[in-house]
Amino acid sequence: MRTDDLIKALDADARSTAMPLGSAWWMSAGVATVIAAVVFWLAIGPRTDIATAMHTMRFLAKFVFTMALAVSAFALIRALSTPGASTGRAAAWMIAAPLLVIVAVVLELLSVPAADWGRRLVGSNLVVCLTFIPLIGIGPLAIFLAVLRYGAPTRPVLAGTVAGLLAGGLAATFYAAHCFDDSPLFVATWYTIAIAILAALGALGGRLFVRW
Amino acid sequence: MTGKDEAELSRLMRAAIAGDERAYADFLHRTAALVRGFIRRKIVQGGVDPEDVVQETLLAIHVKRHTWRQDLAVLPWVYAIARFKLIDAFRRRGRRIEIEIDEIAETFAEPEAETVSERDINRALDGLPPAQRSVVSSVSVEGCSIGETAAKFGISETAVRVSLHRGLATIAKRFGAKQFGRAKQLKRE
Repeated sequence: MRTDDLIKALDADARSTAMPLGSAWWMSAGVATVIAAVVFWLAIGPRTDIATAMHTMRFLAKFVFTMALAVSAFALIRALSTPGASTGRAAAWMIAAPLLVIVAVVLELLSVPAADWGRRLVGSNLVVCLTFIPLIGIGPLAIFLAVLRYGAPTRPVLAGTVAGLLAGGLAATFYAAHCFDDSPLFVATWYTIAIAILAALGALGGRLFVRW
Repeated sequence: MTGKDEAELSRLMRAAIAGDERAYADFLHRTAALVRGFIRRKIVQGGVDPEDVVQETLLAIHVKRHTWRQDLAVLPWVYAIARFKLIDAFRRRGRRIEIEIDEIAETFAEPEAETVSERDINRALDGLPPAQRSVVSSVSVEGCSIGETAAKFGISETAVRVSLHRGLATIAKRFGAKQFGRAKQLKRE
């Protein structure tokens, strides 16, 4: 088939339309949030003392970390799935969540006696954390990988990793409402590991499924 | 690769998205010429047929045109896709070379086979379900319109459009598949 012939076929198909990728991302964010919420409510639900916990800095700070991750990953993945789009600024924003966590960890180390550090780091929920963040995030991750496939990421493995971070940020936001361990020491350790599991799955998914 | 190209191509693409088929054909022809120049400059060693990469790029541009945002420049988008498809082609060539070394005797025995340029897209086309293949061939190689194709096969124009769309999407997907060039079966959409 000559290239001119191919162009005839493509042109004859010009009227077929598809949802713009940007809309697909917003839709997937909505669907993924609903899925994460349903799994969260069915599996663990919020902690019983959430009303009082809302008044503590440590509890609220968890949502700042996880939402900063989700929002920055969402911006980056949109750029990564569009060929030729500049990713530099969105990539730079990815430092926000880790930076906030580091600041919180330093403040925690300064305000809590050293004897308490170990107890706060290990907490009482680490198995729950490592189980349920990936469990809440796996559905959203599948959706984000599907949207990546719908898009055109020129670096599929990187894009898949960011999909994992996005799913992780979303899942951790829900999980944070359940967990009694509010210390930044706990969050910095176990949330990070749980989210890294999703990021690794995302990278694998990007490598295996995101082809175009 | 100038500002004039950019302005003209993004104007055509915007018109195409708004439903102007003439503009789309125009866009594709101009883009093909630009991509051809780009690919030929990039391929300094043999082994990859530039025109195969041009065709793969055009198909990808077509099936991924919903990823272009009107506020983005169109040329960086086009070249990013072309570069991706070129790297893909080299990756596949790495695999093929292994095959060719195995069959080196045959290659020497039949030098005339090399003069026939077997387009990748023809193999992808051959892998389509018969109904889609005949519609895609009719509209492309035979140059029939949608209406003529519908009359020829005794099906509705909508059916022709659906088959054409699915056929092109499947070919594009096959180009993106990891095992392209080796896998015999073609996953049906």
